[in-house]
Order: sequence, then structure tokens, then C-alpha cells
Amino acid sequence: MGKLTWSVIPWNQPLPMTASLVLALTGSFLLGLVTWKHRWPYLWHEWLTSVDHKRIGILYVLLSLVMLLRGFTDAIMMRTQQALAAGAAQGYLPPEHYDQIFSAHGTIMIFFMAMPFMVGLMNFVVPLQLGVRDVAFPVLNAVSFWLTASGALLVNMSLVIGEFAKTGWLPYPPLSELQYSPGVGVDYYLWALQIAGVGSLLSGINLVTTILKLRAPGMSYMRMPVFCWTALASNLLIVAAFPILTATLGMLLLDRYVGMHFFTSNGGGNAMLFFNLIWAWGHPEVYILILPAFGIFSEVIATFCGKTIFGYRSMVLATMAICILSFMVWLHHFFTMGAGADVNGFFGIMTMIIAVPTGVKMFNWLFTLYRGRIRFEVPMLWALGFMVTFVIGGLTGVLLAVPPADFVLHNSLFLVAHFHNVLIGGVLFGGMAGYNYWFPKAFGFRLDRRLGLLSFWCWLIGFYLAFMPLYVLGLLGMTRRVQHYDNPAWQPYLVCAEIGAVIVFCGIVAQIAQLIVSIRTRARRRDPSGDPWDGRTLEWSVTSPPPHYNYAVLPQVTGRDAFWAAKRGPSADAPKPAAPKPAAPAPVEVPNNSPNGFVTAFFAVVMGFALVWHIWWMAIAGAVCALLTLLVFAWVPRTQTEISAETLAARERSDAAAGTRSA
Amino acid sequence: MNGGILDPQGPIASSERLILINATAIMLVVVVPVIVLTLFFAWRYRAGNAGAQYAPDWGYSGQIELIVWSVPAMVVILLAGVGWISSHQLDPAHKIAAAAAPLRVEVVSLDWKWLFIYPDLHVASVDELVLPIDTPVDFTLTSATVMTAFFIPQLGSQIYTMPGMQSHLNLLASHAGDFPGQAAHFSGDGFSRMHFLVHAVAAAEFARWSAQRQAAGPKLDAAAYALLARPGSALRPQTFAAVDADLFDRITHGTEVGAAAPVAPVMPVAASAGH
Repeated sequence: MGKLTWSVIPWNQPLPMTASLVLALTGSFLLGLVTWKHRWPYLWHEWLTSVDHKRIGILYVLLSLVMLLRGFTDAIMMRTQQALAAGAAQGYLPPEHYDQIFSAHGTIMIFFMAMPFMVGLMNFVVPLQLGVRDVAFPVLNAVSFWLTASGALLVNMSLVIGEFAKTGWLPYPPLSELQYSPGVGVDYYLWALQIAGVGSLLSGINLVTTILKLRAPGMSYMRMPVFCWTALASNLLIVAAFPILTATLGMLLLDRYVGMHFFTSNGGGNAMLFFNLIWAWGHPEVYILILPAFGIFSEVIATFCGKTIFGYRSMVLATMAICILSFMVWLHHFFTMGAGADVNGFFGIMTMIIAVPTGVKMFNWLFTLYRGRIRFEVPMLWALGFMVTFVIGGLTGVLLAVPPADFVLHNSLFLVAHFHNVLIGGVLFGGMAGYNYWFPKAFGFRLDRRLGLLSFWCWLIGFYLAFMPLYVLGLLGMTRRVQHYDNPAWQPYLVCAEIGAVIVFCGIVAQIAQLIVSIRTRARRRDPSGDPWDGRTLEWSVTSPPPHYNYAVLPQVTGRDAFWAAKRGPSADAPKPAAPKPAAPAPVEVPNNSPNGFVTAFFAVVMGFALVWHIWWMAIAGAVCALLTLLVFAWVPRTQTEISAETLAARERSDAAAGTRSA
Repeated sequence: MNGGILDPQGPIASSERLILINATAIMLVVVVPVIVLTLFFAWRYRAGNAGAQYAPDWGYSGQIELIVWSVPAMVVILLAGVGWISSHQLDPAHKIAAAAAPLRVEVVSLDWKWLFIYPDLHVASVDELVLPIDTPVDFTLTSATVMTAFFIPQLGSQIYTMPGMQSHLNLLASHAGDFPGQAAHFSGDGFSRMHFLVHAVAAAEFARWSAQRQAAGPKLDAAAYALLARPGSALRPQTFAAVDADLFDRITHGTEVGAAAPVAPVMPVAASAGH
């Protein structure tokens, strides 16, 4: 069994053992509940083997919210340690444990919280907004999701079996090389990300193809909702950047597994190469995350202002400018490497230039508010919270782009505060706005408004209390990732940050309560119209939840804000209704369910786990089985089922009779 | 702001603080109005306000578009100038002009301590850096193990230390005092305790200090270095009376005994009594 023995389970450490016990109990409870309620067939047919983009999108978001809990647990443990460990006090986490926690926090939050959140919302929304029935490659979509889930599973297995990386969320060599990190932690990190990375790349290819090739009749590029544009930009970045990540981590794996010397401190290796490569992926990655969030805010702000987005063409131009510029700024992550004034100056300026399209977006949202009729529903509050918070993060970001300022701020808590300011204030707020906004579309009932507001305010206030002190601490000279510090003057700020984290925790509890309460009272929260927010784009034109084929007849698009125009009827601006009522639907082909993704991912986990522990026979078996699964399912002769015109017409009639169609 | 980067004790740190403040001020000119307008518009155009205009189809204005693109562009042009010029003026490798002749210091990051070699004075110290004030200090840095960063917040610019490579940094202390220094880039279990103290003293006192250290103390030879290179934090600062002239180059190129030795299993950190 390779390096795997019973001694790798940390029996003597109460924290991971308690955490895993809770996980095991919750898992057993859920599995028991499913068995007891005889829900396995439902789970298998409706979710585990589903290739419906909406179901997969929901699964992505579910994965992301579960991982948010894990990542947040790490966060509050770190905050508690730093609030305690001043001077003579050592806190409750020794360095070898603390180092794993901050590494796991970053890894989980970026790869298994933020990424699935954005990918999930894009998966759910983009085909609906484009007016099509699914993504370009539905089965591949399922494979992508289950591979991402495999990576998340591997990272969480490291909690109980062995250890996680102690290198930070990016495993910088030489620290991550075998010489300095001989344990399995870095291997868990590497294999989890390699497997999940394949999923991300496939998902990127899928959504790019969908947006470029599958749009409803009349949906020209300049009529696409802004969210589709940002999804296009984000997925183009995935396609371009993720191979770099795979290659970079691949080289580190070669160093660790077969004794090569890409990044080692001896044998001609060069760690600077890793820095350049990882950030050539890493900087586009932050735009992969933030661009869809920008798209969500654009949709939310336009909807709740009851007003078309200001400067649509500028928005599109700005989005694509960010998409391209994001590849030209990677060096700003290591100005302090001593590359020289010309190189630093160039990358500093390139970084500042990104602030121009970003600033344009901010102004466009501002002028969308102007002369709007603003309804302060939960998604809109997240959007307004974002606008106020994100400009502060933008300011500190541009500050860090000035090389000499970065020389004193780099690696400090100021930097930590900056990227949390843009990641929480941007990506997470965007995810929450999208979650509250599209939830009624996904499930047919609204989320509780009061608990939603409570959650928002807790997050907003908690965020400011948790991260504004970190800006100050950075100015006071406190570096990131310290498990202990001697300067007692820092402690009050860290206690304040801890209080902020507790308030964020209240926000998370409110979020969970919101979900539970809303499900329990869903009968009176039903939204029969399919259009609870007076939406503008096509996803609101179908029932909630939409039928699995989305549209019985593909809509005819004649302008932007297609559904809004259709609702308002013929006018000077929109001479024809955007979605003329068709006479009778034609038969529709829908893809069949496929266990391909689930089974492939199962074997991918087996392979990844075996590789981490050097169990070579199992690794080979896992890899062969995963490939065989893909091959076998590639030869399945019937992958689509036809829904007859009569069935479609009957369903449409019943929807109409139930008064569930608004248009 | 005592002790951080807003409390500079030398010209590099002072310039960096000035750039920090200027750049922030330039951006606040735009950021503050944006925040105020966001809140104002959100309030003014609330659905309940019957007095507010509502223009549902208004989505384009050439004049506003012009402003929307040109305001951030002008701010960025201004900041780009600041960035380009300051990037050259404050390049860490850029020598500092001063009346006094520069003092050379070779810095080695070890797991998890700092070794400072004064090649012209033939003394060395661990986790304690004594500098004469008003004298440019010309640092050459490398790492004997993993990468980390050398940083004295009150004197300015940090710089990475990397194995197999030498980086350059020039700083100057204009006031006497004790300034904390630290490893700024995570480097493993002992990272949090990898800090040092800078004593900036008058030139005469510095001369006295180096003479004293030259007169007495252990020699930093291969054996002493190998002991130093073992993973662990230094319990207290120490100094060496004599140093092999080429020790720093041998560390850089990995030919020194301790430098290439495998470190697994990692020794427990001396001061981590937390569990």
C-alpha cells in the first residue's frame, strides 16, 4: 500500500479528528436518510447522472457552499490563533498545524469555493440567457463537475488521512520540493488541483463553445446579456490559462516524483521559473473569478433599477479589454524579486491600465442607478455593497501596482486585506447576489427576504471589521502567515478582526437559516410567474424551475433585454415583440442521462489518492478504469431522446392553464 | 504609527511612504465621489421616491461615456508616471549617494535565522544587524535553503532571498535606534520566529562594535556554519570574529557543507512550546 499505514491518521490531534467525526456523522446521516426515504433512484437519476446544465450548475453551487463552510472554518481558526498568539502566549495551533490551515484555506476558497460558485452560476444561467436548450457538450459538462468535486474530495481527505500542504495556497518551490516538504501534503494539493484543473479546462471549452456557437435565433453578440459576455471572457481565460497551471504543477510533480530539477534549489533548477509560470496562470485566474461576478452585478443592477444597463458597448469593450490585459500583468506578484526598474515599471503600468476598464464598469453601474427605480431586494443590496467595497479594494490594488509602494506592502497583511477586499467584496458578494437572484428561477420559490438581509448586513459589517484592521497591520509592518508575533501593539487589531470573523459567521448562519426556512415554507413562497423580479433577460421568460429542455420553441431575439422588450409589447423602441408566440412546438431532442462523469470521477479519486500515497498498482488501475469509462461511454449509440411535439404542447398548455406563464 | 512603514527611519522608506500617500490621495479624488454618488443615487432613485425621474430606456450618453473612460485614464496616466519614475529612483539595486562610503553586508537566509556577513570587516552576526547611521548599506543577499524575503519595514524596500542567486538592496538609516526586521515571505515551520533586530548606531559606535567583535568570538568556519545551517530558530543573536572570505559565494553556489544537506526530518522549532 505504498506509504499508507495506520499511523498517518492523526489520532492524537483533536481538531482534525473532531472535524472528520462531524463530517462522517453528517455524511452517514444524509446517506441513511436517503436510504430510509428510498431516495436513491431519485438521487441517481435526477442528480448524479444528470447532464442537464441547470442541475449541474446547482451541484456546482452546492459544492461551493459546502466548501465555503470548510474554508471559513479554517479562516476563523487562523483569526483565533492570531488574536491569541502575542508575546508570551503561543495560541492553540502549533506552526505545523497552522501552516496547513492557511494553505488549505486559500486552496479551498479559490479552487473549490470561488471557482465552482462562478462556474455553477454560469452553467445554470448562460444557456437560459442565450435562449438555448443546453450547453454544447452536456455529458462533458457532467464530467467537468464531477472532476472538480473529486479534487475537493481529495483535499478534504487530507484532513484525516495524512496531512495537507504547508506551503501556502501556491506551493512555491523550493519549499514545496521533496527536500523541504517530504510529506504527502504537497502531493495532495498537486493531484487535487490536477484533477480539478482538467474539470475546469473542459468546462471552459464547453462554455466558450456554447456562447460562440449556440445562441437563439437573432441573439447576435451585441444582443447578449452582459453576463454572457463576462462568461465568455472568463471561459476564454480558463481555456488559455489552465493549461499553464497544469504544466506548472506537472513540472513540480516531476521534480517530486521522479527527481527532476525544474524548480529545485540544486541541479540547475530555478524557482523563479515557477513564480513566473504560476502567476501567468494566477493573475488571469483572479479575472476568471471576478469577470462573472461583474456580469452578475450588471444583471442585478439593471433588473432592480428597472432600467437598461448604462453603456452596454463600453461594458463589452471593458470586459474584453480586461480579458486580454489580464495576461500582461503577472510580474506584479513579485516586484520584490529584484527584476530591475524597467521590468517592474512596465508591469506596474500594465497593472494600472486594467484599472481603466474596471473603473469604466464602476461608472456604468453608477449611471445605471441614475434615474432608475431602485428596489432594495437582497441581490441589489449585495450589488450596492459590492460597489462601495470594491472601489476600496481597487484603490489598494492600484497602490500595490506602484512598485516602490509594493516593496513595503508586499507579503504584508495589507496585501491580505487587499485581495480579500476584492475577492470577498467582488467575487463572494457577486456569488451571493447571483444565488439570491437566480434561486427562484432554479427552484420555483423565493428565498426568505429578512434572513437574506440579515445575512447581507452581517457579511458586510463583518467584512469591514475583519479586514480594515489588516490594512492597518500591514502598514504597521506585520507580515502575512505568522503563527505568532512579539509586538503587543498588533493584538487589538487582530482581536477586532476576530470579532469581524464572528460576525461573518453569523452571516453564514443566517444564510443557512434562510435556505432551511425558505424550503420549509416553500408552499407560500411559490413564484408561479417565473419572473419574480421583473427581469429583463430570457431566463425569466420560462417557468420556474424551467423544463429540462428550457425552451419548447427557441425564442426569436430582436434586441437587447429581450424579455423586457417582449413584456412591454410593441413600442417605438421595439417595433416587434422579441418573443413572438409560436403556433406549435416542433419535437425536441434532449440528451440522455449518463453516469460517465460520476464513474470517471470516482476512478480519478482512486488514482489521485493512490498517487499521493505511492500505491502504484492502484494508481494504474484507477487511471485505466477512468480512461475505459470515458471510452465505453463514447461508444454509447443512443445519447439523445426525442420529446414529441404533442408532449411539449401538452406541457405548455398545462403551464398556461395553471397561470404559470406570464408572457 | 509607531514602528511600521509609516514611521520611516531612512530616505528609502521616507520616499516610499510619500509615494504611498500621494498615490492614495490621487485615487481618493475619484474613489470618494464614486462611493458618495453610489450611496446618493441609491437613495435618490429608490422606488419609493415619487419625485425622482425614471428613465428606463436611457442607456447611452456620448458625453458621459467620454468622462467615464477619460477620468480613470487620466488618473492612471498620472499614476503611471509616478510608478515609472519611482520604480527607477527606488530600484533596490540602485546605489544611494551619500558622503560616507557604503558599507557592504552579505545576507544569508537560513532555516530559520538570518546570517549577516560584513565582508570588509571580517565579522558576522546572526539575527542582529548593526549599522552605522547616514552610511549607505549595500546588501547582497542569498538563501542557503528555501526562498524568503528580507525586510526592515522602517528602512524600506524588501527583497527576496533565493538559493543559487544573489539579489541586491541598498538602504540607509538616518536615525539611530532599534528597528525590527523580519522574514516577509513564508519559509516553513520556523517562519514566524525568523526575525532580527537592526541597531542603527553612530559611526563611531559602529567602529567600536566591529573592533570589539573582531577581537573576540568564535570563527565562522565550515564547522560553525554547518551547525548554523541546521533547521531551527536562533535562541539569541550571536556574532563571529572571523569569516572565510568566500563563504558567501560558496553558500550562493551551494558548495558550502550545510547548504545542500537534506533537512528532513525537520527539527522542532526551538521556541514553539505551543502544544
